Parts: sequence; structure tokens; C-alpha cells
Amino acid sequence: MNNIQNIGKYFILLKQVLTQPERFRVYTKRVANEWETIGLNSMGIVGILSVFMGAVIALQTASNMDSPLLPKYTIGYITRSSTILEFSPTIISLILAGKVGSNIASEIGTMRVTEQIDALDIMGINSASYLILPKLVAAVTILPFLIIFSMALSIMGGYYAVTLSNLCSHEEFVYGIRAFFEPSNITYALVKTMCFAFIIVSVSAFYGYYTKGGALDVGKSSTQGVVWSTITILIANFILTQLILL
Amino acid sequence: MIEVKGVNKSFGEKHVLHDINAEFHPGKVNLIIGQSGQGKSVLTKCIVGLMEVDTGSIHFDGRDFSAMNRRERREIRKEIGMLFQGSALFDSMTVEQNIMFPLDMYTSMTKEEKIDRANFCLKRVNLENTNHLFPAECSGGMQKRIAIARAISMNPKYLFCDEPNSGLDPRTSILIDNLIKEITYEYNMTTVVITHDMNSVMEIGDKIIFINEGKVWWEGDNKEILTTNNPEIIDFVYASKFMKNLKGKLS
Repeated sequence: MNNIQNIGKYFILLKQVLTQPERFRVYTKRVANEWETIGLNSMGIVGILSVFMGAVIALQTASNMDSPLLPKYTIGYITRSSTILEFSPTIISLILAGKVGSNIASEIGTMRVTEQIDALDIMGINSASYLILPKLVAAVTILPFLIIFSMALSIMGGYYAVTLSNLCSHEEFVYGIRAFFEPSNITYALVKTMCFAFIIVSVSAFYGYYTKGGALDVGKSSTQGVVWSTITILIANFILTQLILL
Repeated sequence: MIEVKGVNKSFGEKHVLHDINAEFHPGKVNLIIGQSGQGKSVLTKCIVGLMEVDTGSIHFDGRDFSAMNRRERREIRKEIGMLFQGSALFDSMTVEQNIMFPLDMYTSMTKEEKIDRANFCLKRVNLENTNHLFPAECSGGMQKRIAIARAISMNPKYLFCDEPNSGLDPRTSILIDNLIKEITYEYNMTTVVITHDMNSVMEIGDKIIFINEGKVWWEGDNKEILTTNNPEIIDFVYASKFMKNLKGKLS
């Protein structure tokens, strides 16, 4: 019952976020700030994760290729495909759900318990729109770039892992990453990323916005924000794959 | 003038406000006093629209706030300033940005004009040269004064203060009380202060409403409160040893 109520409240909050926004110029600076917080500040963790993720995918693929009938370029092909289709958009989004989601939920939750949101409401400002809309716009627009960055680093990580350990030559790997390439896979990955970005921000912001109590409850909201945005991303991933790829 | 007419508010089974009727006059400091948990904050939140009333109405200079839609309420809210118990300053903004925030949202003033206004408000609360500090770098008393500066930046007609003295030392409390009183008289504002600090009651209480069990139990001013025979008021006013001693000396 509580979960059904939460779903209802979530959509009411979304309506509040998307209707009656404040002046456009108010948002431009806030969106730019959020690009920095959500996007630029996440580049480090995304970069490290992507390089090692790509390296491990390539090494595991190489170690499982027992049959001599399988060409070596398969390593590059599988590294590219799994990175673009699944690892970069989904795994990186799940990591960002933890990093960005907890940050959003705790920031908005703290504003709630310290009456800063009440102060906005009393000033006649649509607090939900003022606080959440810039984060949504920033996340939906910046995460695709982060994911493209992740894809590039992941494939690079895979390349160095297998070429430096002599499991595959430079030519074979490069041939593999270029073989049977379908540009629509990139579109699929970016559409998925944009949906995940929307989920991360809106679900975490929802838990932050409806925080009640004190510091302990801000912590709970942050945890719930991360847990539910992770679950929602996994469900959305399944649905989007069904809808777009099959 | 703010009029509260027949306001009732419940949370589930718990009836918090019972048929509240009250008037808050301009140019006066109107106090809402009472013990904790009697409905003072709920009443204030209903008046400013942070909570919806179950029945009854709130009128700002004859305009029925409870019957207004979001857009109409927004216009009234531009005329409201509020000082929260914990100051509620935006901690990601500097003092100057906090004060300029309502101006950014609602006026088409130039940046220089907004800075001038922020400086004027800061000077009014005796906090010049704090423009570039962050709220976390200011003391509790300074934060309260910055919150007052922010509240008056838009020249509000109505000022609400939720326990403005909580967590402050006696001297700073008096300073804040005096500031609220001066600003109220200077700008002819309708000021509503929630407090249970008897010093504040004696210092600034032009009109006092005593709330008990969610009802308006008593109304009067800061002279009448010392002479009333109402047992709940006597319990409340003379709860502290200081007031008991004072009563002993007076009698």
C-alpha cells in the first residue's frame, strides 16, 4: 500500500516539477552548475571504472576463446558490443545512481529538514521545479556524453589489456571493434542512458523532497533513493531492450 | 490585517486546531504563545499556506487566501517574509546571494540595484561587510539577522517569525526582539511571532494570543497577561523561577 502511495506521490511531484517553472534565466545558471556537479565531477570515477571494465571484458573474452576456429578479432568485437550495448550505459548508470543519486537525495533531504524548501515555498517559488528541474535537464543532457566517454575508455582499456599481454594483435583488435558495426546500437545506448538519467534524478529527488525528520532520515532517504533508482534502472533496462532491440 | 476565521486542522484522528478565530493587526507585533505541541506552528503554517486548513479561511487584507489558486497565492506570498526557527538560509549561497534571492526571482532590478538593496538590508540588521560569508561561517545570532534581512528584502507587508529566539543567548535574543519590533513599526508590517520566551512576550508583545489544546484560550497584551486570572496563563507565565520571583516582588 505504501509503495502504491509512493508511486502516486512520485507522479504528482513530477507534474509539479514540469509545470509552472520559474523564469527561464533562473534555470540557465543552475543547469550549468548541475552539469559540473553531475557530469564533470563524475568523470574521474567513470573513467577509472570504464578502463578497468573494458580491460576485464577483453581479458575474460580472450581467456574463454578455446576454439582455434574463432578468429582473434572476436575479442575486439565482443569488447565493443558488450561495452556499447550494456556495460557503459547500464553499469555506469548504476554507479552514477549511487554517486549522483545519494548526493541529490541528501542535498534535497537536508534542505527539507532545515526548512530551506519551506522558505522557497513561502517566497511563492515552485520549490520542486526550482530544485529538481535543473538537475533533470542537466543529467539527461550530460550523461550521454559521459557514456560516450566511458565507451571510448572502456574499448581503450580492452585494447591495452589484450595487446600488452599479447593475447591479440593491434590489427586484430582494431578490426574486431570495427567489424559488423551497427550505428543504431549507439542510438539504443544513448536513449537508454537518457532514460536512466531521468530515473536517477527523479527517484532520488523524490525521496529527498519527501524527507521527514532529521539527519537520520536524510540518511534513510539517501539510501532509499539509491536502492529504488537502481531497481527502476534494471526494470527500465529490460523494458527498453525489449522495445528497442527486439 | 490578517484574519483567521474558524480554522480547523486535523492529522488523521488527531484534531490539532479547533475553530481558531484571530486577527493580526498591521504596525503591531502579534504574538502567538503557548506550550509546545499546542498547535502554534501548525496554525502559522496554515496561515502562510504551507499546510491546508480542513475548514475555515485565512484573509490577507480581505483577500481569502484559502480560496485562492496557486498563481493567486503566489502574488500574496511575494508580500510575506518569514523568519524560520533554524533561519533556513540557503547554505550553498553567500549572505548577499541569500538576500538577493527573492529579488532575483521576482524583480527586474539590475545587479547593482540588487547589491544596493542587499547592502541596505544588511545595514538595517547591523551586519555590514558580511556579504561574502556563507551561512555556515556565521553565528546563530548573525544567521537570524541575515534571515531577517532576507525577509525584508522585498518590503513585505506581513512578517512571520517562528521562535526567533530559540538557541540564542539572552543579549542576542533582546537584539533580535528589538529588531523585529523596530522593523514592524518602521514599515507598518503585520508581524506574527511564535514564541514561548517570556522575555519576548514582555518586550515586544503588542497583542498576544495564547493557544492551548488547539484553541484560542486567551487574548490580550503584555500588561494584561501579568494580571489575568486565567489559570493556564498563570501556569505558563510563571513557570520559570525568575518569573515566580518577579511575581513575589511585585506582590
